[in-house]
Amino acid sequence: MEIVKVEQLQELLNNFANEDVYIHLETTNGAYATHFNENVFNAGAFIRNVLIRFELGKVAGEAPHRVGLKLPHGWVYAQGITHFQLDEHGRLLMAGHDQSGKLAVALEISRTPFTY
Amino acid sequence: MTLPMERHVLVVFPHPDDEAFGVSGTIATYIKQGIPVTYACLTLGEMGRNLGNPPFATRETLPQVRKQELLASAKSMGVTDLRMMGLRDKTIEFEDDEKMVGMMENLIEDTNPSLVITFYPNYAVHPDHDATGRAMIRAIRRMPEENRPTIYALAFSNNSKEDLGEPDIIHNIKDSRDEKMGSMRAHISQTAWMLQEMDKRLADGEPEAENWLHFERFYTYDFNKDFE
Repeated sequence: MEIVKVEQLQELLNNFANEDVYIHLETTNGAYATHFNENVFNAGAFIRNVLIRFELGKVAGEAPHRVGLKLPHGWVYAQGITHFQLDEHGRLLMAGHDQSGKLAVALEISRTPFTY
Repeated sequence: MTLPMERHVLVVFPHPDDEAFGVSGTIATYIKQGIPVTYACLTLGEMGRNLGNPPFATRETLPQVRKQELLASAKSMGVTDLRMMGLRDKTIEFEDDEKMVGMMENLIEDTNPSLVITFYPNYAVHPDHDATGRAMIRAIRRMPEENRPTIYALAFSNNSKEDLGEPDIIHNIKDSRDEKMGSMRAHISQTAWMLQEMDKRLADGEPEAENWLHFERFYTYDFNKDFE
């Protein structure tokens, strides 16, 4: 993965607009967050292989970036995106890594289902 | 230390690195004593968060990285019967409970263990750990008492000593130190920071006896104090 270049990522996002695509979206503190610090309220969310069709995708803000997808009747967005890659399967992988290298958020878009 | 003889040891954990810190020395010791050990790992740690900055893997390539690490760890411990069970990280508690019990029953039927090592339900912090231990203990509870294997359960939640007391099984695994280091190093994508912490603790003068490379501790599971 490489650090987000806004124009490049924007162009890749545009290529997935207005067609059926599978998405992966997750955000997490890690399962051990409360174990190491009981003051942490541990919350996260994970969806994988949900089929959507967005009409507009946009990279916004300074790094770390926000990426939002506007759907005909809804929204998907991720905050904290630092890295991106178009992988060898033509999937657009976006991720937010904190300073220690831990994944904090991921948003991925694919024309074919992600592996189970 | 020579461990008591066993017919077959079945180790069941959900994540590729779960064996490294708490059990790999014990596993290596059994194997060196000629006791067959099966390690069933339920997932490939697909949701691991340590991906590095700059990242060395993506969310989609991580399972392959961790599979190779798991194979290397098994090799270091001498495990030849490694089973990857094909579930997905962080989803085990949401699987059908009976399906999970059935998976454990199949593993028991297949390996006929005299000893099973898994997590102590409700005292193992990660939801996948607790769910794995739950399924295994439910499977063994259904067996006639005289046929049940012994269960060594791993507990490390902050309240485990308060609730369960001190672990009753303590293995001195110093003679398997190299195998254990090999297992921990094999999982380097997830263990790098813990290895750093270990080095720091040793450098700070922590007695070696407290160290992961010297002792591994378990609770013999007691069905008279069942978790449910």
